[in-house]
Amino acid sequence: MQGVLAADHHDDYVRAPDLDAAIATLAAGPCRILAGGTDVFPSLQDRPLVGRVLDISGIADLRQITQSDDHWSIGAAVNWRDVIRAALPASFDGLKAAAREVGSWQIQNRATLVGNICNASPAADGVPALLTMDAAVQLQSCRGSRVMPLASFITGNRKTKRAEDEMVTAILVPKTATAGQGYFYKLGARRYLVISIGMVAMRLLCGKQRTISEIAIAVGACSEVATRLHDLEQHLCGQPLAGAADMVSASHFAGLSPIDDVRAPASYRMDAVEESVRRLLVQAGSDIGHEK
Amino acid sequence: MAGISFLLNGKSVTSMARPTTRVSDVLRGDFGLKGTKVGCNAGDCGACTILLDDEPVCSCLVALGQIDGQSVTSVEGLHQSGVIERLQQSFLAHGAAQCGICTPGMLVSAAHLLASTPQPNRAEVEDALGGVLCRCTGYSKIIDAVMQAHSHLPQPMKPGAGNNVGSSIQHLDGVAKVQAGLAYGADKVPANALLLRVIRSPHHYADFEIGDKSAFLAAHPGIVAVFDATDVPGRNCFGVIPLFADQPVFAETTALYRGDAVAAIVGEADVINRFDEAQFPINWQPHETILTPQAALHPDARQMHKGRDGNILVKGFVARGDADAALARAAHRVTIHSSTPFIEHAYIEPEAGYAVREGDRLMIYGCTQAAQMDRDSLAEIMAMDVDAIRVMPSAVGGGFGSKLDISFQPFVALAAWRLNRPVAICYTRGESMRSSTKRHPSDIRLEVGCDADGRISGFVFDGVFNTGAYASWGPTVANRVPVHASGPYVTPDYRASSVAVHTNAPPAGAFRGFGVPQSAVAQECAYDLLAEKLDMDRLAFRRMNALQNNMPTVTGQSFATGVGIAECLAALQAEWNAANARADKFNKDAKNSGSMLRKGIGIASCWYGCGNTSLPNPSTMRMGVTADGACVLHQGAMDIGQGANTVISQIAADALGVPVHSLSLIDGDTDLTPDCGKTSASRQTFVSGKAALLAGRALREVILRHGNVSDDASLMIDAAEIRLVDNVTGGTANIDLSSLPVNAHGYVFMAEETYDPPTTPLDENGQGAPYAVYGYGAQMIELTVDIGLGQVRLEKMTTAHDVGRAINPLLVEGQIEGGAAQGIGLALMEDYLPGRTENLHDYLIPTIGDVPRFEHIIVEVTDAEGPYGAKGLGEHVLIPTAPAIVNAIRQATGVLITHLPATADKIRAALHQQAQELKS
Repeated sequence: MQGVLAADHHDDYVRAPDLDAAIATLAAGPCRILAGGTDVFPSLQDRPLVGRVLDISGIADLRQITQSDDHWSIGAAVNWRDVIRAALPASFDGLKAAAREVGSWQIQNRATLVGNICNASPAADGVPALLTMDAAVQLQSCRGSRVMPLASFITGNRKTKRAEDEMVTAILVPKTATAGQGYFYKLGARRYLVISIGMVAMRLLCGKQRTISEIAIAVGACSEVATRLHDLEQHLCGQPLAGAADMVSASHFAGLSPIDDVRAPASYRMDAVEESVRRLLVQAGSDIGHEK
Repeated sequence: MAGISFLLNGKSVTSMARPTTRVSDVLRGDFGLKGTKVGCNAGDCGACTILLDDEPVCSCLVALGQIDGQSVTSVEGLHQSGVIERLQQSFLAHGAAQCGICTPGMLVSAAHLLASTPQPNRAEVEDALGGVLCRCTGYSKIIDAVMQAHSHLPQPMKPGAGNNVGSSIQHLDGVAKVQAGLAYGADKVPANALLLRVIRSPHHYADFEIGDKSAFLAAHPGIVAVFDATDVPGRNCFGVIPLFADQPVFAETTALYRGDAVAAIVGEADVINRFDEAQFPINWQPHETILTPQAALHPDARQMHKGRDGNILVKGFVARGDADAALARAAHRVTIHSSTPFIEHAYIEPEAGYAVREGDRLMIYGCTQAAQMDRDSLAEIMAMDVDAIRVMPSAVGGGFGSKLDISFQPFVALAAWRLNRPVAICYTRGESMRSSTKRHPSDIRLEVGCDADGRISGFVFDGVFNTGAYASWGPTVANRVPVHASGPYVTPDYRASSVAVHTNAPPAGAFRGFGVPQSAVAQECAYDLLAEKLDMDRLAFRRMNALQNNMPTVTGQSFATGVGIAECLAALQAEWNAANARADKFNKDAKNSGSMLRKGIGIASCWYGCGNTSLPNPSTMRMGVTADGACVLHQGAMDIGQGANTVISQIAADALGVPVHSLSLIDGDTDLTPDCGKTSASRQTFVSGKAALLAGRALREVILRHGNVSDDASLMIDAAEIRLVDNVTGGTANIDLSSLPVNAHGYVFMAEETYDPPTTPLDENGQGAPYAVYGYGAQMIELTVDIGLGQVRLEKMTTAHDVGRAINPLLVEGQIEGGAAQGIGLALMEDYLPGRTENLHDYLIPTIGDVPRFEHIIVEVTDAEGPYGAKGLGEHVLIPTAPAIVNAIRQATGVLITHLPATADKIRAALHQQAQELKS
């Protein structure tokens, strides 16, 4: 976002053919990074896109979802519909459900997951589900590359730890956190094209006798940065899934700090995400019940 | 420089535009493909949808550089998909395009869906089209059109002479809409036009001083002129009601709202587009802001307009009988406090147009609901003769009341005049939302009683309306509300007062219903409460109190014919019984199973006077036959998507005795067409339709006399000949048109007729005959509420509207569904906050997934006054929707939400409170 220069030359727009070119462009000076454009253009509020622009949407290598021995990698140019179409473990089902709730088909066809996390809106649709899978981000610059947990990458409302000369090249999901089934619920004030009032993502693995052996729950749009509910997770782990919903109480959400805004008052957000968590647990119980 | 090359509709093309240019602008600008519409520039409306490598995307969110080597299909190139013709036919057959501005986005999205899924189900259609907003249709016809595009469609109706009225013919301008060929305000800008941008106040209330304009111009090459209040040659003031005109073209020293225009800059398009407004030389001194009537009415509040003490624009009052005494003796009484916020019209087409100076004349092209009023205002502002001004209306991409007021016109008119070059403007979405008029926020207190049998006994209504910074239609709202607040019910003892109060909010003006949708929320909710006190069925209560012929309204007017509310309510009885039975069973099952869903059924009525309130509002129609046999209708009633072009032609055709498809239409160009008044107040079918009836009959009379045949003759225009057959005598006559003298308008036969509905002024108690005709209706809604989350899901809406005579039943349904969708927004989600929800992702209107299934019962209680018995409909359809929904939520949950919108958080909070009260 920095370094918007009043410029009139085509040279200020770079369509990077590959990652090296992108990194070199960033090294030469701050750029606005353009991928799907679904946050960049609306942020202009009808004004033209000026200044140095680095377009990474043409880098074929970045439009890939790949796996290695220990993790899945979602490239920086991968959009929401790519995710919906990809063959991924069931733990990604929450992320896929979130993908279907992003804006509209038109938006899903352009908007990238990496753009979603870099834009760092408190209501970013992708973040809760990624947090339930302990996702990390891979950053690269001419100075080298680094990986950091998503939970620490986003530091606040529209704030991240990305340095000006860096770009996020991929989201990494460790295979240690892809066991079980993913779930997602988004509360919005209308059916399509809606920014979340609140969101809940959950990843759940059940052991013998349908006890919860692994659980991760994250809430979005109820704090500056989407948050894992570690206390609740610990409280539920090892418990039978059947009664889990009844074990959820308001105190488990004390770490959230929702705001009053045009979409809803804070009190409703708290109330509704608590109810949503219960419902996801009930839904999980019913799904797993049906499997048997 | 190489430019960016891509495949456009199958052909290889290259654009030299900046690679950061939005693809939507490239398609429209470089390639002249105006079918791609720009509604928001933010991905919120989907009007600019294209296929990029065969996937639908918003072209406003894609930079030109990003499509290098890719394939773009715009709406104009869809024929390659093979399904577009069927889709277009289906859109026409279902009336799925009203104003047509969203149609290209809908067609592109739908064509993409049908390519992979030829027979989609409803959910698939909703998912595929969920990214395209429509404000006119209520989506239901669009869903039907897409789902049935694969099936065999009936041939379009082409009724013969005498059978036009009552036929569901397709929109006469529909083909151009579905082929994306219709030109809207932004679609016809001359190539050499300069671009204008308005500098507007960023403050709600501020004094300002404009700095050195010459220095500014010198420092900004490419900007050729700056205009401000000192440049207005005539009266720097306009307003839709001359007596209350108070809005400056440019504010002089004080901006009264955020969005108030203070200056304009004009220059080359690229320079204007890239201009940073922070560079404009202006100093602001903001004042303390007054945004609510409460604050504006405070004795210490700063007065905004001279002569309007206490910031009161106007008060309205209607009283009949003795309301206090009737309340005192009533067996049951209820009180209601309701409120509604600002509502944005949210037409998908932002205001746009251009002006050209032609010698001593000025021509203004663009979107409007009232071409003649625009012309009159512009003449005053420009200090020109009205005949020197020509307003040429473009197609209108939605209006709903806001395009009655002038907006962009004076800016481009002034600039084109002074610079002697065409000057164009296209509002951005934010500018449109900030500066345009809104629905009045309301704050209403109502007390109403009934006797032990359930007859209304006493009705005291008090409404406060936030009318914003300027008068606009505030007086109309203040006057209409007390006349209508009773609803269509017998209310002998009645007192209703209203006040419109100035604030530093956007001017509140006309929006479908002029305040009546707001007052209906209070009244219809109160009637549910009364029915409950009586332990009486809610529909039975309404049927018992329904107004009848020969019974006085609250203004003391009686109608011998045409009062159709009882018939509307009766028409809903069967569905009411069935739906309530469904709800009872559903809720019993839900409670037993522990489900959080509760079903509710709600009902509400409406009535609405057609035409201006106790004021003249004539329409004049001209019809002529040319020497070569063309039968021409000068149709000046602005078609803003509702179908005036079609409906009025149907009336004119039957009056003359020819097939409607044989008519040629000339639009509301003020040089060519007589004044048909404004498209508002549900007056066009009734008033202009009546004028068309009279003109058609008069033209017929002239022709029949010329041929010396009796009134009962059939008439055929064939090339340059009219053939008449007298059905009584069997005699025939042929008139050779080419041999007849041509009049000044170019016609060999011509008639021009004016109709002005008979009304009388209202006295100091609001007694009189404000309207010649009212229209009536009732709607019921079936919905479920998720009591755990407070969310409402609408399932089915059944409507019964008395339209007198359905000139075109398909278009009647379109009006109902579109109005209901706006009512749904009012009920559940819409809330315009000045300075906060000035875009279409914070200001929410219903999407395709938020509307119920519809079922319509068209009621025809013929009116003696209207053409073929027809009454107005356009505004009626919005009035009952919100109260019906609120009543249904209450039936489902027990909680009454009268402060709209009834969002999930409000419902949930009310349920919490209810639970607390039950405990204590």
